Amino acid sequence: MSHLKANKTVQLSHGGGGKEMNRLIKDIFFKAFDNPILRSEEDAARLHLSGYTAFTTDSFTVAPLFFAGGDIGKLAIAGTVNDLAMMGAEPQFLSSSFIIEEGFAIDDLKVIVTSMANELKRSGARIVCGDTKVVPRGCADGLFINTSGVGRILNNEISVKNLQDGDAIIVSRDIGRHGAAILMAREGLALESDLTSDCASLWPIVEQLIAANIEIHAMRDATRGGLSAVLNEWASASDVGIEVNESAIPVSSEVSGLCELYGFEPFDLANEGTFILAVPQTSVMATLEIMKTFCHCEQASLIGHVNQIKPGKVILNTPWGSRRFLDVPQGELLPRIC
Amino acid sequence: MLSLNELYRGFRDPDVIKSLAKQIAITAAKYPGQINIMEVCGGHTHTIMKYGLNQLLPANIEFIHGPGCPVCIMPKERIDHAAALASLPDTILITLGDMIRVPGSNGNLAQYRASGCDIRPIYDPLDCLTIATDNPDKTVIFFAIGFETSTPMTAVLLEQAEKRNISNLLFHINHVLVPPAIDAVMADPNVKVNAFIGPAHVSVISGAKVYRSAVKTYNTPLVISGFEPVDVMESILMIAKQKVKAIALLENQYSRAVSEQGNLTAQALINKYMTIRPSFRWRGLGPIADSALMLRDEYRHRDAEQVYKEQLPNIEIDDHKACQCGDILRGLSKPKDCKVFGRGCTPETPLGSCMVSSEGACNAHFRYNGVTE
Repeated sequence: MSHLKANKTVQLSHGGGGKEMNRLIKDIFFKAFDNPILRSEEDAARLHLSGYTAFTTDSFTVAPLFFAGGDIGKLAIAGTVNDLAMMGAEPQFLSSSFIIEEGFAIDDLKVIVTSMANELKRSGARIVCGDTKVVPRGCADGLFINTSGVGRILNNEISVKNLQDGDAIIVSRDIGRHGAAILMAREGLALESDLTSDCASLWPIVEQLIAANIEIHAMRDATRGGLSAVLNEWASASDVGIEVNESAIPVSSEVSGLCELYGFEPFDLANEGTFILAVPQTSVMATLEIMKTFCHCEQASLIGHVNQIKPGKVILNTPWGSRRFLDVPQGELLPRIC
Repeated sequence: MLSLNELYRGFRDPDVIKSLAKQIAITAAKYPGQINIMEVCGGHTHTIMKYGLNQLLPANIEFIHGPGCPVCIMPKERIDHAAALASLPDTILITLGDMIRVPGSNGNLAQYRASGCDIRPIYDPLDCLTIATDNPDKTVIFFAIGFETSTPMTAVLLEQAEKRNISNLLFHINHVLVPPAIDAVMADPNVKVNAFIGPAHVSVISGAKVYRSAVKTYNTPLVISGFEPVDVMESILMIAKQKVKAIALLENQYSRAVSEQGNLTAQALINKYMTIRPSFRWRGLGPIADSALMLRDEYRHRDAEQVYKEQLPNIEIDDHKACQCGDILRGLSKPKDCKVFGRGCTPETPLGSCMVSSEGACNAHFRYNGVTE
């Protein structure tokens, strides 16, 4: 520990495979992520898996590293946990790789690793292997993290191809918070607001939905591309039409205000703890009842349904009776949001 | 504290919109002919398509989407200028939003940025001051675009650069004017436009007065309108009423922001630094006399077009042969009439001006239309 106190920033030597690297790994990573598999320090983690397993990977390059409602560490855990959860899989084992720019503050690294450890507790997943590389100044922007994860699939029916005529579309909470929070935190956009990212692990709520035997046809977290992207992917993968009602889609006044200022649509903005569900009409009440017991899903809403009118298309109904296609966002909306 | 959505909620009230639609239908039924409204400004095109207002109107009212999108009307050779400037050594090129993905003759600015040029999109032109001060060994060039709305921002930026003696900030001026564009559209004997919705933010700066001559010359109603759905619907109703009475007046629906004289301070500032350019080539419409601005001679040391005259290409580049943007802008064709619409020409690979930005007619049709067909 004394060694790290003396060196307040990460040096190239920390990635050299020698003493300094060992200290960095032991003092920071092992301490925060401690578990028997990690502690065994083998070349690879030895896992016991049974049945269908979901496997996913994601890299995190968000700028800035710290934003209202989270940081890159929380995001790196929630992002991979959510990819597993959306497949109906219980997140079990994660890897984490760090690419650190020379000169990165050790204190910042500790904060990020601590928030990873805290976020892991929400799903019970464990980090069982990892890697650290330090690159010269200018070769990375502070810190990049990659996490991969595996999880046991508890519901094998969930698929983007599984939407059925008449299904109800449910959104778990107000949309667009993560994209808006990052936009606000960016240099040059001097705005003051209480807006926070929705960044959160979704496994706890998904676990409850599966435990309650809710028949879930499709489920996806609305990350990059937001609600528009998920609905369009579903419409084309399942070859169905999806109609949503604008007035039913929850949007916070902060997000809608920011969209007004910058000409964005809340439907296009990224989320990191918001998911969309397709369930049979008959399951709507039960689904919403369970969702609303979770504080971040208090605003869970039925926003539309699946039909066969325009297969492959998503239609948005306005409150005054006109209709338009809800297209996928195009171009460079906001780079490096996750 | 008043939140933004409290400000606009009334202007998107479903009951008000529905009731205006009803009144428009009743009024337009009394008019025997076709009412072809050109909304000059791209902001209105966006409002109409995004909120589906065209679906709420009777069959004898149609929109002809006008040339008022500053990104769409930028000819390829000007994008080539931007690319050439960005490729100069030790240069930072700064521009606004959508401009970054408009293709020139050899790729768009995003591609130039990917190949190593320092190109930065910003929201606030005054950020150029910080960028120029932070990079004293670089030349910072602001590629200025926009109609009367954004011109004052460029003038303020120039004034600040002069006052603070920031000598490494240069300008490439592409500011264009609305009234000459209206004249260019109406010059075609076949044009079908017989009413105008006048721009909102442009008019805040220039004042209602700039449209008086068009209303008189073309004997055509022009209603200056706000950008919200209720504003546009109310303006359409005002136009329909004029048509029924067979009168042609300049009316101001957007009176909460637009005055007869406009923003005189902004006008004076623009006039101090800029003057009328003898001719500017508009993508889709061709060269239009007195339709754009350039820096005054006293500021030629800040004019990238002058300073880098030798390095800038001067070949005019036309749009693809199949592109019908010119006819679409005059109301002679609809996006769907164009052979390449949605096939060779899409928002990712625009062949013509109207597909380029979300305010362009073809782009708006591509994104939002077709639900009711």
